[in-house]
Amino acid sequence: MKQVFNFRLIVFLCAALFGIAFSIPSLFQTQGPRISLGLDLQGGLNLLLEVKTEEAIKAKYASLASSIGFEAKQKQVILDRLRAKEDGVVFDIIDSEDAKTIDMVLSKINGIITQKQEDSYNIVFDEKEIGEIEKNAVSQAISTIRNRLDQFGLSEPSVTQQGKSNILVELPGIKTAEEENRARDLIAKSAHLQMMAVDEEHNARVHTMSALEAQKYGDVILPFVGDDGQDFGKILLKAIPILDGDKLTDARVAYDENHQPVVSFSLDSQGAKIFGDFSGANIGKRMAIVLDGKVYSAPVIRQRIGGGSGQISGGFSVEQASDLAITLRSGALPAPLEVIEKRSVGPSLGQDSIRASAIALISGFVLVVGFMIVYYSMAGVIATFALVVNLFLIIAIMSIFGATLTLPGMAGIVLTVGVAVDANIIINERLREALRAGENVMRAIQLGYANASRAIFDSNITSLIASVLLYAYGTGAIKGFAITTGIGIIASIITAIIGTYGFYQAILPKIANTKSLNFWFGIRKD
Amino acid sequence: MEIFKKVKIFDFVAYSKYGLIVSVFLTLGAFALFFFKGFTPGIDFAGGSSAQIRYEETAPIIEIREILDTTEGFKGSQVSEYGAKQEVQIKIPYNNLLSGKNLNVVLGDLLKDTGKFEIRKLDSVGPKVGNELKQKGILSLVLATLAMMLYVSFRYEWRFALASIVALVHDVIITAAFVIIFNIDLNLEVVAALLTLIGYSINDTIIIFDRIREKMLSNKSNDIIEVINEAISHTLSRTLLTSLTVFFVVLTLYLFGGENIIGFSLPMLIGVVFGTYSSMFVAPKLAILFGFNIQEYHEKEMKKAKKREEKKRLREMYENGRV
Repeated sequence: MKQVFNFRLIVFLCAALFGIAFSIPSLFQTQGPRISLGLDLQGGLNLLLEVKTEEAIKAKYASLASSIGFEAKQKQVILDRLRAKEDGVVFDIIDSEDAKTIDMVLSKINGIITQKQEDSYNIVFDEKEIGEIEKNAVSQAISTIRNRLDQFGLSEPSVTQQGKSNILVELPGIKTAEEENRARDLIAKSAHLQMMAVDEEHNARVHTMSALEAQKYGDVILPFVGDDGQDFGKILLKAIPILDGDKLTDARVAYDENHQPVVSFSLDSQGAKIFGDFSGANIGKRMAIVLDGKVYSAPVIRQRIGGGSGQISGGFSVEQASDLAITLRSGALPAPLEVIEKRSVGPSLGQDSIRASAIALISGFVLVVGFMIVYYSMAGVIATFALVVNLFLIIAIMSIFGATLTLPGMAGIVLTVGVAVDANIIINERLREALRAGENVMRAIQLGYANASRAIFDSNITSLIASVLLYAYGTGAIKGFAITTGIGIIASIITAIIGTYGFYQAILPKIANTKSLNFWFGIRKD
Repeated sequence: MEIFKKVKIFDFVAYSKYGLIVSVFLTLGAFALFFFKGFTPGIDFAGGSSAQIRYEETAPIIEIREILDTTEGFKGSQVSEYGAKQEVQIKIPYNNLLSGKNLNVVLGDLLKDTGKFEIRKLDSVGPKVGNELKQKGILSLVLATLAMMLYVSFRYEWRFALASIVALVHDVIITAAFVIIFNIDLNLEVVAALLTLIGYSINDTIIIFDRIREKMLSNKSNDIIEVINEAISHTLSRTLLTSLTVFFVVLTLYLFGGENIIGFSLPMLIGVVFGTYSSMFVAPKLAILFGFNIQEYHEKEMKKAKKREEKKRLREMYENGRV
């Protein structure tokens, strides 16, 4: 017994068992870790989004401006020309004696640098803060998108960061153009909700006003899409919003008195207080509900609005309203996203690809195996055995790591089949060489493996180095390819060098004195 | 079954002279192609969009061309048959007018009168992504090559490392030239093929170098030419068998893998041939040309062996408690 089960054979059998056990879920679609098919194989939508981090910084300056304004008002300091620019917040103080108070307010805010010239202030974020904002913008965008997609009910969406400011979204199972459109809206809609005060003083002249003039008043001109989606022209609003969407706690679909779907939202306690204070102080004026830079409604405030809830109406369909509620609920995107790469594969093409690769894989495999057995006889059968286990191992390891099988990955497997055979060929050739030189079977096997292993190790390690680098620095297709070849190389070392050797050691007592070299190794000695 | 029953020693080094001439000639030709014709960058690198559409009937290519030519944003699009009569590929160069739009819908609308069809694949790549890819592609290529060279230097000798890398670059350059000849767009699949070729080519070369090293250490022959000839001859059956199996595997991929993977399978098919050829006829000869000196090598190895011996002796002495 001890002679049958040697250390190498046990390793090989373990590898085989392991390979088969962990391949089963992938091959038969049962429970357990499975290889997921890449979108090029199952069809779907693949989006690479760039987070416009500079916009996140701009937005942060806007909210910094509004909080400085709020604090100043509380301390009864009058600020003049308070403005958020792309690269800072500026304001003047009217009364130089207020400088102390303002300095104190500013000193409590972290991560800013105050540049002061007499009574003019220019406030910018320091480098660390900017880095932080950018980092947060990306990670927040990722969790927001994830949130939205989860609620949208798509199967297994994947949202991952790529590089510094890119996000890769993979949506398997998106089939029609409509679905694609909807998903895309859901992902890329910034859902930035703001409440802004209408500048009633100057609004009458909004149609003749230039953007520059509006800026002088501290205002912005925004398009007014109105209740039922029709164009109402433009409206002039105070640039610094009363409230930002980050105070939002919930949003859901409701129906107004005309049974039209609307989105109702609630605010947190701080938001509710600001909302209540503002509405109480501005009765008779209008307040605009702004979503992603468009004004949806601008109702006149009739009384103080407590409780902190409101609604957005915009002639939505039920589906649109529910998507909007999802986007609002899952939070605003901290920065707009731009689609910089989009790849979509229809399900029929995916199936064709699977079929084509399967044919290539199987026919390549049959060809190689047929050749090995014809050429090397029993040694070829043993090599085939190793090859099969090799394939199982690749599938198993990929399943465990949750790797994705793509078309280039399939190509990698096909190639691995070719290269794994190389190891067996080298071993068998060395074996034959030793036999021809007149060594006995036992010695031939020892010599064959000793000599072959060195070359196989050297060549495999170089290939492995290459695949590791390709995996580390490559993208998409190259990565997929690197994974399968890398795993294939390791599997081939285990199966070819260790596994088959163990096999020979186990059967050695049987073939040690064989006269039939042709049956075992496919050679005749004269 | 046996093909090479007895190992016959061929004079590979002598043939290598012609091999080198052929290689220099082919490499120059390849450079001429790079220079005068150049690659057609695919959308992965140049940016733009590529759509694959299947019609139920034969695809009305001329009609599609006319529609696209007269539509703003689609000027300069290329329409071609793709694998089958029903299938077309449309390549749309990057255009600001189209960025941000949902091409699926736009194309669907544009072509809705041309017959029943299904958009099977639609890829859009922004120009920035293409640039990043280019940088990453080149970086991974250079790093992979350097790392392999380091490893070969460590295991063999720097002249061998240099020779193997030159042979490898030669393979890649010639294969890349064929990419131009067969009018394949330079996309990620092509890059993947070239990267695989690097792995394959160095693998082949190392197997032969390993034999050369083994011969150098076992025979005390001081004739490097003799050693190389013996080494290549002894590995000949393995080289041919492996190359043929890999060739056939790639061939099945080429024949059955379909149009979508041709950017990978065709360059690989050519690369395997040149990878095999260069490891037999280019790399060993180059090592000689780079001034590899077998006597020096022997002396070095001898010194190393002596040192090992010395250490062993010391350890034995130590273990026997004599130190």
